[in-house]
Amino acid sequence: MKSRTINVDYLARVEGEGAIHVKVKGNKVTDVQLKIFEPPRFFEAFLRGRNFTEAPDITARICGICPIAYQMSAVHAMEDALGVKVEGQLRALRRLIYCGEWIESHALHVYMLHAPDFLGYQDAIQMAKDYPKEVKRALELKKIGNELVTLLGGREIHPINVKVGGFYKVPTKHQLVSLVEHLKWARDAAVETTRLVGTFRFPKFEQDYEFVSLRHPDEYPFNEGHIASNKGLDIPIRDYENHFFEEHMPYSSTLHSLHKERGSYFVGPLARYNVNFDRLSPLAQEAARSAGLASECRNPFKSIIVRSVEMVYACDEALRIIDEYEMPEKPAVEVKPHASRGCGCTEAPRGSLYHRYRIDDSGSILDAKIVPPTAQNQRTIESDLREFVSKNLRLTQEKLTWQCEQAVRNYDPCISCSTHSLKLTIERE
Amino acid sequence: MPADARILVIGAGNEYRSDDAVGLVVARRLRQLSLGNVTVIEASGEGTDLMESWKGADRVIIVDAASSGAKPGTIHRIDARAQRIPTGLLRYSTHAFSVGEAVELARTMNRLPSRMVIYGIEGERFDEGTVLSRAVQESVDTVVDLVLKQLRTAAPC
Repeated sequence: MKSRTINVDYLARVEGEGAIHVKVKGNKVTDVQLKIFEPPRFFEAFLRGRNFTEAPDITARICGICPIAYQMSAVHAMEDALGVKVEGQLRALRRLIYCGEWIESHALHVYMLHAPDFLGYQDAIQMAKDYPKEVKRALELKKIGNELVTLLGGREIHPINVKVGGFYKVPTKHQLVSLVEHLKWARDAAVETTRLVGTFRFPKFEQDYEFVSLRHPDEYPFNEGHIASNKGLDIPIRDYENHFFEEHMPYSSTLHSLHKERGSYFVGPLARYNVNFDRLSPLAQEAARSAGLASECRNPFKSIIVRSVEMVYACDEALRIIDEYEMPEKPAVEVKPHASRGCGCTEAPRGSLYHRYRIDDSGSILDAKIVPPTAQNQRTIESDLREFVSKNLRLTQEKLTWQCEQAVRNYDPCISCSTHSLKLTIERE
Repeated sequence: MPADARILVIGAGNEYRSDDAVGLVVARRLRQLSLGNVTVIEASGEGTDLMESWKGADRVIIVDAASSGAKPGTIHRIDARAQRIPTGLLRYSTHAFSVGEAVELARTMNRLPSRMVIYGIEGERFDEGTVLSRAVQESVDTVVDLVLKQLRTAAPC
């Protein structure tokens, strides 16, 4: 039996570190293992005994790219536990800060991490020589996302202004209006980005995924809604653990998150899009259509288009929120602890991020559970690699390796939520 | 160096990843010394944010954890204006688009400050944890001294 081995020692442009091992025997893929280490476990232990008010700031440190997502899932879980409702302008400000995080995270991924794959460059540094205008646009878009996060979060890295019940300080209308011109530019730049990535060539690849995302009656989801899927799942966040479970994989310290009946599932921009196309703003829908996307899309390589569409949406939504903003009288609602248990799930740039906490009467955290998007996508990434390698064994070693890396980057796996750089090994026996 | 020159020291890293935090530890030590016209900041090491943070600065010193296979605690010094960042040296910065990539992208885009020196401290472990390994801890004083010496010289940064 003819056999080949491909070894790739280092997969760049994926946040964090992990390893992927693909084993091929003859013309059959015999094994795929995604190994990433799980820092949320470390944080779960670290949270025990801390006060409930500390959860947003501690968990925000899990990831430098999506601290807001961690803060939001933490505050919603605590508010669920304590029966607190954050409404009106405070609720709107939470959506606004999330818009900022999506803009910066998506701009980084689309241009600096994923576009080089499609344009045939080793990395963004090489790409910048031939596409200086596009790289400048990326940096500017990211900066505008940062401006939003910095204004509402108090600072850009590890924001500190978010608290259970609301914010420590809220912005004035004037402060928000000062961002409008930049956001209008960003919205145009995001439309231009969608147009650009729509012209890329995409490998023909689809699977029958279960797309899982929050779904809200009126909005494209950030913070609130039911957990829904294209296969009929529709459950309140509180039921998450009745439908999903985590399986320990012997080859890594990772837990894979799976649906109890149907196994692997898919979270992230492509899942949100498939579950919530009808909730996108008209401009975002139009941008998607102009880039050749229908209201459903099963090709994970096209997630780069969806990220761009979500940037259009985030700019559009930010402008709407700022336009309707009136500074609230109080920056937060009062929260008093009592013994309770609560869950929160919000849409991080990379997908659903679930938190669950149990606290005692004094507000001390008894236990915590954090399920990051990357843990939920791991089995699907493995399944994509299995399918993709099987169908493309005729490709040269180099090309197949390149496309496998690209296939992993479709999920923008945030392994810094887990750990450092990712190593990819394709072994052909 | 003109008196109004903007001088920036950036400590990059993740404080929950053991030796990855060494850049932050050095930055905190320097901040306690009240260095007059020197701005000291902490950063996660995400490259595009770094590029933004050194915009307008004349002299920049970056302190980051390194992972080149050298002995833990080894201090690497790179004059970024004079040489490229060796591939993989600073890969243990928190993110894949990290310090090394930011410097090289800035070089391509003509966005490097007029003077830039990077100190990379070879780490031993980068798994979850809040304590520096002994060899890395022992290099902290040396790096703080090197940065102070660097700041005192008017010679190329």
